[in-house]
Amino acid sequence: MSVKDRVIAIIAEQAVLEPSDVTMDSTLEDLGIDSLGLVESIFAIEEEFDISVPFNANEPEQSDFDISSVASIVAGIEKLISEQAS
Amino acid sequence: MKRVVITGAGTINALGRGVPDTLEAMREGRCGIGELEFRDVERLAIRIGGQIKGYVPEDTFNRQQLALYDRFTQFALISAREAIGQSGLSFSNGLAERTGVVFGTSGGGLNTQDENYRSVYEEGKNRVHPFVVPKLMNNAAASHVSMEFDLKGPTFTVATACASSNHAMGLAFQMVRSGACPAMITGGTESMLCFGGVKAWEGLRVMSRDACRPFSANRNGMVQGEGAGVFVFEDYDYARARGAEILAEVVGFAMTSDASDIVMPSKQGAARAITGALADAGIDAGEVGYINAHGTGTAANDKTECAAVADAMGQQADRLMISSTKAMHGHCIGGTGAVELLACIMALRDGIVAPTIGYEEPDAECALDVVPNEAREAEVGVALSNAFAFGGLNAVLALRKAG
Repeated sequence: MSVKDRVIAIIAEQAVLEPSDVTMDSTLEDLGIDSLGLVESIFAIEEEFDISVPFNANEPEQSDFDISSVASIVAGIEKLISEQAS
Repeated sequence: MKRVVITGAGTINALGRGVPDTLEAMREGRCGIGELEFRDVERLAIRIGGQIKGYVPEDTFNRQQLALYDRFTQFALISAREAIGQSGLSFSNGLAERTGVVFGTSGGGLNTQDENYRSVYEEGKNRVHPFVVPKLMNNAAASHVSMEFDLKGPTFTVATACASSNHAMGLAFQMVRSGACPAMITGGTESMLCFGGVKAWEGLRVMSRDACRPFSANRNGMVQGEGAGVFVFEDYDYARARGAEILAEVVGFAMTSDASDIVMPSKQGAARAITGALADAGIDAGEVGYINAHGTGTAANDKTECAAVADAMGQQADRLMISSTKAMHGHCIGGTGAVELLACIMALRDGIVAPTIGYEEPDAECALDVVPNEAREAEVGVALSNAFAFGGLNAVLALRKAG
């Protein structure tokens, strides 16, 4: 599975939706994922890819990780994977 | 002052899921204590407990809920659903704003702590699930019950070790009696049966390896249990007006501190709590037919408790019945007083006194009628429930037959 498909699977599980219902331009809000759901998704993503996501729930806009849409999350994770690959 | 009645009860413990199963087991003197089953149990010297077997969390809660509900929260929710269901209360009107939840617990989300300490210390993981804190916090059970039933009144958790749920129920009683709250959801919950939970108790050298035998001369220690008991305490007038079934009336409560030793019980502290509960209820020692003992099965507790009862009750001590149900469900620590209150309700409502099972040899230092091994039919008008905690904190409730 591609990074995109794996991220979508995690987000879909959190939102209790089918992966096919999660599109790249969806926002987390569209998908009904609240702030607790977001931190749980980020945890699941960190576990799945063995990366560390720089995200502070106090100031999501200031974090060096764009969560504005599924596409931006996938792009951010792809970047982190390449940066944190050892 | 308002009169306070119990209009709903719920439980899950080693004797059963639900009040009917639990009371049936108590009537039959069934033992819920058995071999413990959890990870690393082979590294324990103590391997028995009153563990709830055959319980599958996924049958009751969904994945999102289980991410937030430690086992002690699950037990509280299961019990609260039963209690509130029985009471028939609906919180759709202004009642919700003045009804709250007071629970006792000692360890809170101890399974969550144990699992995550193991993960970071033993397995060397550097990342934990984001919900560890909201899952382990001691008030999680009370908060989730308040959220599920939309209860917006005073809600908090009391932690006084083995007296936690008696303190919680005593406070709920006072809040309804004073008129501050028309109803309160109260009781206690505990889930300490995990490797770290039992290992810690093992260290104290007070645990039995084979059985809990309260008041018996050959008793050799306590056995841990787990579970919850939850009750609806309600203003008598409100309950009467809506035609609710009344299980029993709560008439008195007292709490004392020994101010002497962090683990050894004190006769005076316990006796003052018993006397205080009677005084608070305005009842005479002669009216008490049954005492649900703290009765842990340790050498120190049982003889001290019997001496305290003898002191507080005077000549009446030889007439009344006193039993410890811990030999059946184990010591449910912060939830134990709540599970044991069910035995008081059974005595008052059904006229059946739960036995002290595992009783084998009389002890001259516990020379009271401990209802050995078999339940007894008796007309009981007033019952007391004792809880005497580590830290020297004592809490005694007095209940009267409904009517």
